[in-house]
Amino acid sequence: MERTPINGIGRLASSRQLHIALATAVFLIYPFLVSDYFIDIAFYFGIYTLLGLSLNIVLGEVGLFDLGHAGFYAIGAYTTAILNTKFGIPILVLLPLSALAAALFAYVVCSPVIHLQGDYLLIVTLGMGEIVRLALINNPFDLTGGPNGVFGIDFPSLGPWLVIDSSLEYYFLIWLIVGLTILGLTRLQDSRIGRAWNYIREDETAANANGIDSRSYKLLAFVLGAALAGVAGNVYASKLMCVSPESFSFWESCLMFCIVLIGGMGSIPGVIIGAAFISLFPEIFRPFAMYRMLIFGSAMMLMMMFRPGGVWPRKRGAVKYESLLEGTGRSDA
Amino acid sequence: MPERRAHAAGETVLETKGLTKIFGGLIAVNSIDLKVHKGEILSLIGPNGAGKTTVFNVVSGIYRPEFGEVFFRDDRITGKKPHQIVSHGIARTFQNIRLFPDMTCRENVMAGRHCRSTSGLFSSIFRTPGQRTEESIIREAAEKRLRQVNLWKSRDELAKNIAYGSQRMLEIARALASDPALLVLDEPSSGLNPRETRDLMAFLQGLIREEDVTILLIEHDMNMVMGISDWVVVMDGGRKIAEGIPDDIYADQRVIEAYLGKDDEDSTAYDVPAEH
Repeated sequence: MERTPINGIGRLASSRQLHIALATAVFLIYPFLVSDYFIDIAFYFGIYTLLGLSLNIVLGEVGLFDLGHAGFYAIGAYTTAILNTKFGIPILVLLPLSALAAALFAYVVCSPVIHLQGDYLLIVTLGMGEIVRLALINNPFDLTGGPNGVFGIDFPSLGPWLVIDSSLEYYFLIWLIVGLTILGLTRLQDSRIGRAWNYIREDETAANANGIDSRSYKLLAFVLGAALAGVAGNVYASKLMCVSPESFSFWESCLMFCIVLIGGMGSIPGVIIGAAFISLFPEIFRPFAMYRMLIFGSAMMLMMMFRPGGVWPRKRGAVKYESLLEGTGRSDA
Repeated sequence: MPERRAHAAGETVLETKGLTKIFGGLIAVNSIDLKVHKGEILSLIGPNGAGKTTVFNVVSGIYRPEFGEVFFRDDRITGKKPHQIVSHGIARTFQNIRLFPDMTCRENVMAGRHCRSTSGLFSSIFRTPGQRTEESIIREAAEKRLRQVNLWKSRDELAKNIAYGSQRMLEIARALASDPALLVLDEPSSGLNPRETRDLMAFLQGLIREEDVTILLIEHDMNMVMGISDWVVVMDGGRKIAEGIPDDIYADQRVIEAYLGKDDEDSTAYDVPAEH
């Protein structure tokens, strides 16, 4: 008997590679076909994808309600802004430093509250996000520039040879980062760590009773999520050349939350779709700006009613041919 | 005190000394001394609310005892965290099955291997050779356990979609995946039909024969308790009221009173206590 199942898996794998190749091709060609305006929209799509991916680790993989993610984003952006304008440290050097600062902040702030469950953690993180924003407005040590923020942030550059200063270059920078992040996160999902996160989301007591130190893994999720948000903050700050507290409001945290919910918790393609929805939606509905929130809200409600798992939920046990064919005499596995 | 069966007279695997757990004004477990010997099946029985599950929760680290000590092999494990206790070699199941419902059966069993593997964040992101080898070891160990409990066919099914009896077995497979020295089962037969219960008994007896494992069991099904236990400990109101070989326990007046109340005229009927 032929081992058809193996061919089936082979086809599945190659069709996935085909999809990735197609998507990459579209992303490479797209900016050369449209105006700078649309390249910028795609840039913000990239920023939101990165933010969505970062929150997805916490909310999607581990199931922790985090409504203060904009706080980590702000720490990343302000680290870049302050260190660049005050000390002239290059933006690309600040990229890992911003990630580190946000990660450290997450570690310090989340350590004492990580044991909180569900809604309680949601309230605490919401407060954390707001405290960050208010602290930035209050201009501590004359560093953050108060409500006006920090101006005059450099372009990312590698000496005089490579200076990222056009919409096109920023587009490639952010999507390069997003691509690498997706690669890393896909590998994490399919590893001991990704599974441990999912076990905690499914049943924390059972996870503990099976040898998973839920406290460390929850902290790891927050730290990693914050680091990615910090990276997004770095790119965002240099693209805008200025940062101000209003960019990191509670609304931003809500948008990130929506991205993960729309796409499907724990699903990477879902996050991309969610981010596309959030960043492209206001553009599409620009003529109806008045009704934007009305439509947005209704769409969210309908989603929750008819597709609570998200647009593209993560499929588990997708390669099923093998086990389904067993016992029918078509497989010798 | 009656003697233990000859084959169960080996070294002590688990020992509790004066174990006491208090919830507010309730002494749920009142200075319990328990000795589990290597290679035996010890059953903990008693009426509802006797404190059996609380003993399990203290042993597996979910609760911290107010007084008393827990020793496992040569280590003192009192007050350790659940995940640390698993790596010492105690694996447990729950009274009301606690699987990871939206994950596949295979992934569920792979959870048991977590404490036996070490790959970290960076080796997982960069897929180092060591990490890949470890992943395949985890996978193979999980698949071995799935075959052992006859769930190989359901390996890619979501845990929530398989039959109730299979879910019980899947939970046992997950506990076994950590290669425990002591398997702690909280009412494994509850919700199973008589045939499934017989299969479970045969499975546990086979496990004791073939593997280096000891079983501690809470059970309400008296046929099962009498059928497979080497030693039975009876609890009532947080205290240990009797212990002995199944036949002695079956006839023990204190045990009958605990289940049926004092001065009950029909106190020989033993199959009453299967309450759920």
